[in-house]
Amino acid sequence: MDLLQTIVAHYNHWIIIFLMVSGLYIVVARGNMIKKLVGLGLFQTSVYLLYLSPGKILGGTPPILSPQFSVYSNPLPHVLILTAIVVGVATLALGLALVVRINEAFGTIEEDEIFAGEEDE
Amino acid sequence: MALLTLLATITIGIIRLRNLFAVVVLGGIYSFLMASVMIVLDAVDVAMTEASVGAGISTVLMLATLYLTKTQETVPAHTPLLPLFVAVATGLVLVFGTFALPPFGAADTPVNLNVAPYYLENSIRDTLVPNVVTSVLASYRGFDTLGEVAVVFTAGIAVLMLLKGKRNMKPGPKRRRVR
Repeated sequence: MDLLQTIVAHYNHWIIIFLMVSGLYIVVARGNMIKKLVGLGLFQTSVYLLYLSPGKILGGTPPILSPQFSVYSNPLPHVLILTAIVVGVATLALGLALVVRINEAFGTIEEDEIFAGEEDE
Repeated sequence: MALLTLLATITIGIIRLRNLFAVVVLGGIYSFLMASVMIVLDAVDVAMTEASVGAGISTVLMLATLYLTKTQETVPAHTPLLPLFVAVATGLVLVFGTFALPPFGAADTPVNLNVAPYYLENSIRDTLVPNVVTSVLASYRGFDTLGEVAVVFTAGIAVLMLLKGKRNMKPGPKRRRVR
């Protein structure tokens, strides 16, 4: 029973850690640049969840004030993550533009092939 | 909990697939699932933003880039043992750290006791806006949002500069030495 309670209390944290670690793995291990950006996105979304899940209060409602409710979830993480999402898409666009330029200059988006091409010349 | 498990499953798919088109589409599904999780976590404004920006605009940008580049990832020459080890070790350390965190959904944690009640109590008096997320975003932390707009503006200029240079370049030899 105790074990089950621990699992329920920390399941969200463990999933967040799994997402974060897989994002890290993709960024480090994969040479393809678009795949790297997807991995970066995974890492980023795991941080969104990390911020949002402590703000949730069981039995609470979304923080829109109304006389019918008295318990609200924490609005501050929501604001911070709204900012983070918009900044995230801006950096993603910048990264993708860089990928397009790299493809233009080297004819490939694989890290290994770019390094090999540098050594050949 | 089921939604979170689905998220993890899709992540495994993203790691294993080598077809980038499939990866990008899975990324869109991932974003929609993420938006559903956010609704469960009472973050409705964030969920709407994630569904439109994360699943919509990001996916379209990715697909546009795939159109300009290639859709197949090559198999790496070396086995990724070291990154795997680093990732698993980091994960284990972090999991060890979670046992010190308060359980999910508790109301008496430091996160929920300091500044958040102030916003909830005074939002109507200060700004007449019932949606507290809006009032914090645009009024209490308005300078934060201004900085965010500056970042997006800078990124937009940088993207324009990068892609504008592309048109001037001749589509000649494939590999150009960049110094």
